[in-house]
Amino acid sequence: MNEPFDLALIWAAIIGFGIIMYVLMDGFDLGVGILFPFAPDEQSRDTMMNSVAPVWDGNETWLVLGGAGLLAAFPLVYSTILPALYIGVFLLVAGLIFRGVAFEFRFKARSSRYLWNWSFAGGSTVAAFAQGTVVGAYIQGFETANGVFVGGALDWLTPFTVLTGIGMLSGYALLGATWLILKTEGHLQDWAFRLATPLLISVLVIFAIISVWTPFVDGQVLQRWFSGVSVIWVLPLLTLMFAVQIWRSVRQRSEAMPFVSTMGLFITTYLGLLVSRWPYVVPPNITLWDATSAYSSQLFLLLGLLFVIPIILVYTAWTYWVFRGKVRANAGYH
Amino acid sequence: MELDPLLLSRIQFAFVVSFHAIFPVFSIGLAAFIAVLEGLAYKTGNPVWLKLSGFWTKVFAVVFGMGVVSGIVMAFQFGTNWSNFAYASANFLGPMLSYEVITAFFLEAAFLGVLLFGRDKVPPGAHLASAILVATGTFISAFWILAANSWMQTPAGMELRDGIFHVVSWSDAIFNPSFPYRFLHMVLASFLTGSFVVAGVSAWYLLRGREVEANKKALSMCLWLILFIAPTQAVVGDFHGLNTLEHQPMKVAAMEGHWETSGEVPLLLFALPDQKNQTNHFELAIPNLASFILTHDWHGELKGLNEVPPEHQPPVAIVFWSFRVMVGIGLLMILFALTGLALRHKGRLWRARWYLQGLRAMSIAPFLAVLTGWFVTEVGRAPWLVYGLMSQAESVTPSLTGGMALFTLIGYIVVYALVFTAGVYYLMRVLYVGLEDPDIDDIDDHDRPARPLSAAHVPFEIEQGGH
Ligand code: HDD
Ligand code: HEM
Ligand code: HEM
Repeated sequence: MNEPFDLALIWAAIIGFGIIMYVLMDGFDLGVGILFPFAPDEQSRDTMMNSVAPVWDGNETWLVLGGAGLLAAFPLVYSTILPALYIGVFLLVAGLIFRGVAFEFRFKARSSRYLWNWSFAGGSTVAAFAQGTVVGAYIQGFETANGVFVGGALDWLTPFTVLTGIGMLSGYALLGATWLILKTEGHLQDWAFRLATPLLISVLVIFAIISVWTPFVDGQVLQRWFSGVSVIWVLPLLTLMFAVQIWRSVRQRSEAMPFVSTMGLFITTYLGLLVSRWPYVVPPNITLWDATSAYSSQLFLLLGLLFVIPIILVYTAWTYWVFRGKVRANAGYH
Repeated sequence: MELDPLLLSRIQFAFVVSFHAIFPVFSIGLAAFIAVLEGLAYKTGNPVWLKLSGFWTKVFAVVFGMGVVSGIVMAFQFGTNWSNFAYASANFLGPMLSYEVITAFFLEAAFLGVLLFGRDKVPPGAHLASAILVATGTFISAFWILAANSWMQTPAGMELRDGIFHVVSWSDAIFNPSFPYRFLHMVLASFLTGSFVVAGVSAWYLLRGREVEANKKALSMCLWLILFIAPTQAVVGDFHGLNTLEHQPMKVAAMEGHWETSGEVPLLLFALPDQKNQTNHFELAIPNLASFILTHDWHGELKGLNEVPPEHQPPVAIVFWSFRVMVGIGLLMILFALTGLALRHKGRLWRARWYLQGLRAMSIAPFLAVLTGWFVTEVGRAPWLVYGLMSQAESVTPSLTGGMALFTLIGYIVVYALVFTAGVYYLMRVLYVGLEDPDIDDIDDHDRPARPLSAAHVPFEIEQGGH
């Protein structure tokens, strides 16, 4: 068949975009969940939950969309990575279920509220950690033969992936804290301001260890970064810049800047990860083009998506607009 | 004993999808019911319709929320437990499942919010429109998922090259031979589910003398609907079965408990199928009836299970009994509809407490029929996953060990037990509080999270009030 476009590239862009949308958006509401047990008091918890309640499930839809899109566009990725992460996927899904229902029931619970608090915090923490180990497992690579995963049940759980898991926890917690700076006021906001700097430091320390460790985990990455100075060094520089920006804006008690620069930090790190691995989608040996589905399938779904994604984006923007401004303490239920 | 990852994966899939399925089936029926109520309210201006639609929208919110939470699990099952199958069939299933998610999300994003929270914020016409669009959306969702499932039953419009299915005709693949029957049967099943639940709950309120006027209206509507739909379902089911006979004769043989190819096949009312000895025990039968139903000839020949070796036969007892439970419930539904008509005719409908009690009990019947129906369809397909082309054993994830599968199976059972007990418990609370809920109007929606379940303003615990 004559194929006028390289649809695989378009799909890679769509799924890549979906993943970063998911990470940024679900990231801050997972972060709020991670910080939940440490909140100054129960009233702050109400406010914290209210600050993400209207948007969290829209945020999570990007994950489902990413999963289904992956099956449709890059089936080989779907059918090798999910088996490789078998136990991790279960933990992720279970975590998301627990925090999902906690959103619904905590507002209506009275005497059983503490249970839903745990369900929310525990679910968020487990889900975030599981996502971090996915990133680590991706850097490690997967053992495949003839397009099927042949490794063991716990290959995804190594000292390296535990570290990336903790990295993700602190990264999301930082996103959550800066989100709270943006959305709250008074003593809750003060608390978030105080948390931001230690969280930033722990993120940076873990990132540094991961960066030093990665080349030992995988030689290809070493080669890509150190075989001569190339443009990709812009990315770590930008990352550093964003880190400095977070530091400064928190000290100046700026309200929006910490959150914006934390998102910048995530984006540049994500791009750094992508260029380390490009064009491998199931490292170390399966590329984008090995993994792609049939042309007609990619086209069939693309037609629908091109119509729906703009609507989803407009709707998302609209929701955030409707809920703009500070969350009032104790607003939201009686 | 060696743990079998294939068997465990099948149990796990059956568990999570059965759990998932009961919620959408209910929400599809309920969404349509709400749209009708909104339409009546719009046309007549009678506040009773508004009250009813407000109440059932709260129930819908909870059921929908449960459907979404359990649906997220489904999206990952194919990859984790059936990765060979996912890989081979992604060219078709990928787009189908993606379209389902897109539809569900689009609907939820754009119109569900208006339906749940927008009553006072948008003009009545716009509220009605969003009720209709939400209902339409649930049908479109079912359309895609049933296209996917039907294609696995009766694959069409594709070519198997190097172990991968390639779509050669999208329209043939989507509108495959069993799809029209399955879609229709499922839509009617959703309507029956909605009607019987609403009827059962209304009957219960009436028995307690609560909100009599509104509940009488709701019950009466449901009974009329059931009167037409229950017999139609039986007819559609019959056609569905004839179509299955054409494409999956071994499934029908299992449904009939029919071992040897022969003519003059009796219809078994009762039997204990014995797969080991390839025969039945304790048969109770009506002579020649199965031949007549399936071939429209009292002497018609039907293929028996031993046309294929035992290891290619589906588990007969499960299919056989599930089928009888479903059809039995279907007939019971018709009986209830006719009894209702007779009582109504004599003007005794509202006084016949035994009948209202019966309706109350019937509110779980559609769920049983839906689940057993799916058992027939899915178990009867064994040992195939894509009928005649790809077996279950070929489909399972190669790296999956029995231990891993057991771990997640137990995990899902525990998670579901905790989460859905809370959900169903809460649903019961909403029903218990009922239409008179005083809480519902005095709430300032602006600050509430705009979430499906949040539309049900009922406290979680029994203790009342608590402002
Ligand atoms: C898109 C595909 C799809 C859809 C819509 C459904 N199923 Fe299914 N089902 C499968 C795809 C599938 C499968 C992946 O093909 C399984 C897994 C293993 C197998 O034998 O088939 C299966 C197996 C399976 C089994 C176990 C069969 C066995 O023991 O061999 C049961 C009881 C059900 N399903 C029940 C259901 C219910 C209650 C559904 C209602 C929504 C449903 N299925 C929808
Ligand atoms: C194995 C098969 C199935 C899979 C993988 C699956 C997957 C999903 C997913 C991921 C969602 C959530 C979408 C969201 O984020 O909002 C969902 C919801 C839904 N599903 Fe399924 N599903 C399956 C079977 C079915 C069947 C058989 C039906 C109907 C007959 C159905 C009807 C719906 C509907 C109407 C929704 C919207 C939510 C609701 O009403 O509860 N699904 N499904
Ligand atoms: C009363 C007579 C009925 C007959 C003759 C009948 C017939 C059938 C047949 C033959 C199948 C299997 C089709 C296949 O796998 O190829 C089936 C499946 C099914 N039935 Fe029924 N049915 C009846 C009533 C009901 C009722 C009352 C409900 C629910 C309220 C129901 C729900 C289902 C469901 C959910 C399935 C699985 C999905 C599908 O394949 O359509 N059925 N039915």
